[in-house]
Amino acid sequence: MQGYTGKFLEVDLSTENTKNVTFDESVLRKYIGGRGLATKILWDRLGHQWETVDPLGPENILLVLTGPLTGFFPGGRICVSGKSPQSNGVIGSTVAGEFPIELKCAGYDGLIITGKAAKPSYLFIMDAQTEIRDASHVWGKNGKQTLKMLTEEGRESLQKRFPNYGEWKEPSILYIGPAGENKVRMAAVMAKWTHAAGYGGYGAVMGSKNLKALVVKGTGPLPEVEDIEQVKTLIDKVSEECYGADAFRRWGTSAAGYEVGAKDSSEPVRNWQEEWHNQQSFGVNRFEQRVWIKRHWGDFGCPITCMKIAMPKVGPFKGAIGDNPDYELQAYLGPNLGVFTPEESVYLSSLIDDLGLCGIQGGNVLGLAGELYQRGILTKEDLDGIELEWGNTEAFAALAEKIAVREGIGDILAEGSYRAALKIEEMKGKNVVQYAVQEKGVALGAHGIRSGKDYTTDISYACSVQAGDHTSVAYMPIDHGDSELAVILHDSGVYCWFTTFALEEAEWDFLKAVTGWKIEPEEWYKTTALRILQLQRALLLLGGPDLKWNPRVHDDNPPRFYEPLPSGPYAGKKVDRAKFEESKKEYYEAAGWDENGIPKSEVLERLELEDVDRALKEKVR
Amino acid sequence: MTTQKRIWIVRDYLRCSGCRKCEIACSLFHENKIWPEASRIRVFMLVPGAEVPHLCTQCEDYPCVESCPVEAMSVSTDTGAVLVDKEKCTGCSLCINACPGRIPHIHPTEKYAVICDLCGGKPKCVKVCQKGKWDALRTILKADEQWAGHDRAYELYALTPEEITRDLVINLYGEAGEELI
Repeated sequence: MQGYTGKFLEVDLSTENTKNVTFDESVLRKYIGGRGLATKILWDRLGHQWETVDPLGPENILLVLTGPLTGFFPGGRICVSGKSPQSNGVIGSTVAGEFPIELKCAGYDGLIITGKAAKPSYLFIMDAQTEIRDASHVWGKNGKQTLKMLTEEGRESLQKRFPNYGEWKEPSILYIGPAGENKVRMAAVMAKWTHAAGYGGYGAVMGSKNLKALVVKGTGPLPEVEDIEQVKTLIDKVSEECYGADAFRRWGTSAAGYEVGAKDSSEPVRNWQEEWHNQQSFGVNRFEQRVWIKRHWGDFGCPITCMKIAMPKVGPFKGAIGDNPDYELQAYLGPNLGVFTPEESVYLSSLIDDLGLCGIQGGNVLGLAGELYQRGILTKEDLDGIELEWGNTEAFAALAEKIAVREGIGDILAEGSYRAALKIEEMKGKNVVQYAVQEKGVALGAHGIRSGKDYTTDISYACSVQAGDHTSVAYMPIDHGDSELAVILHDSGVYCWFTTFALEEAEWDFLKAVTGWKIEPEEWYKTTALRILQLQRALLLLGGPDLKWNPRVHDDNPPRFYEPLPSGPYAGKKVDRAKFEESKKEYYEAAGWDENGIPKSEVLERLELEDVDRALKEKVR
Repeated sequence: MTTQKRIWIVRDYLRCSGCRKCEIACSLFHENKIWPEASRIRVFMLVPGAEVPHLCTQCEDYPCVESCPVEAMSVSTDTGAVLVDKEKCTGCSLCINACPGRIPHIHPTEKYAVICDLCGGKPKCVKVCQKGKWDALRTILKADEQWAGHDRAYELYALTPEEITRDLVINLYGEAGEELI
């Protein structure tokens, strides 16, 4: 098998047993790796009792999987998955960094982590040797402290084990912050300081397993490939295209903080009460001039390096180090909270990263709290004295810290927008859920649909198997490079979405050059990806144990999107329910789902998913 | 020795994006595999943002060559690069200790030291860094430099990754950086 190491490392944290696991080539050809393979593993191991599996219980499985193209396709990533404590389905949450490279070089395609450690622990993997180590001393530490301590410890271990090797490069680390430790459903799995596998809430899953971090060093090469010369050519080809994408390299996604609001009217402003703003103080030029201290920052093999490192040099937020931030955090920890200066937005995103919260989920719930305060539903007393006025950066920061440690109101907000809204509704006897801008427990990416000017549409979130995930939206036509089926390719591959923009056909060529498999787009869209989609859909619908989705009710947009935009050039625009129902029907048909949004028996049969059909018949239809 | 032709790889750490394409290019050229640990240039990231492409500086007095007990190391008369005789080298690591920057390391699977050989005069790491317009690495002809003959400054770059990181972190993060080291 080319492109794969052929081995997965399974660690049972309860018994401290480790073993190597392999998959037949036929399974890997069908499910590739990353998101696809994660879904398959979860179905096989937990599918029969899915609705009873507590995502934050020891029975959940944490998957950290590479794919065959990881390290070869420019811009490597790793996919973190498991049963999601947000959607109760499966989310393939990817994060950049050298972790997947080190893991493959250590001889593993991925990690399968089960059970729960008796005390705070971390995994230390060096090639074929794995240790479960005590993490008591890093438990409670924030991101920057955790990374510093584990980097030092990791290098010391390597140096001790092989004193004559020379200087050891640091091992690569995935970790959780305090939010993950406290099982905050919005907790991310973090890399470096600012990189996050945010969607899904897998930081909380790590926390529920008492697993603070994964530390890996691999000394071998990446696996053999089918045609190394062709791989070299393709790396150059894709890279060349990306080098040409000047605006993307120059600005990353940070031009959007102003543009998506001012031009597209699809940016969350004050918890999506508006989607338009014209605050030039939030322009990319201001970020560039005031706070960028590194202009091109990237990860293994990346030809774009779209990230920027930012740090205010003066004022109350001096010394807060974050990424630019990228657009999602820029919007959610900026205009969404009524914040319109680079310094404040960088500070908030630096804090959110340090706490190990997902910036999207965290920013969304902070926005919800802001609106509830604005409406007098949450009071200063409810917030332990915090005056949560829009634009009050210190107040939002204080609330974020409470969420990360589940203190006071933070304990409720830690459940994420939807679950928190349900609880506050119960507490206050007032309608609150209508203000939660989320989809099936997952806060939406910062791309609204009301103006019709962004890439998202009325079915994007409502019909996605990853719900609010803006990187995996439902799209018509379904057999198109922008659809969720195409996303499944790079999430299973596993590599960056942004490096695929320039040269669409490159993905198929890469797949062939690395694995030797000739998978045509036709086969991918009609069979392979569609199979993965059905599995994800089935597990999402099986749901449980705390919430279960009924597509007739929950395949819908947040109520806010049916309210007209109040301001900007697209004022008055909203989602048309009749049109939405029409698009949804078309999408269901294309995806092979019946009129209730449930995968059809004949489709499942054709995709050799008879067991899924039986489970749906028994528990969903 | 034709010092006229000697090149040097300028390393502008603050421009390094951390993309590690230099490691990919180097290991593909020398090993025909993507193999970060076998790369002759290694990007250290002891603190995020302070990425350090770490590679041989070709010191004037070549302490590594001097230290070799089996005469496995020599200096290329063309480029000034340190060349390692894989057959002779025993992987004793004395050259690593002799290097003021502890730059060489032992090949992860073989028993010899790996040191940048300047790819015979056209370094692949520089090529890819230039192609990608990061300009963290570039080649200069030492003899063309305004300060030609003043070679001692070049070898000052032979520092350990920790030493370089400490400086960069202060440069990048100022006071906030002191807690990160």
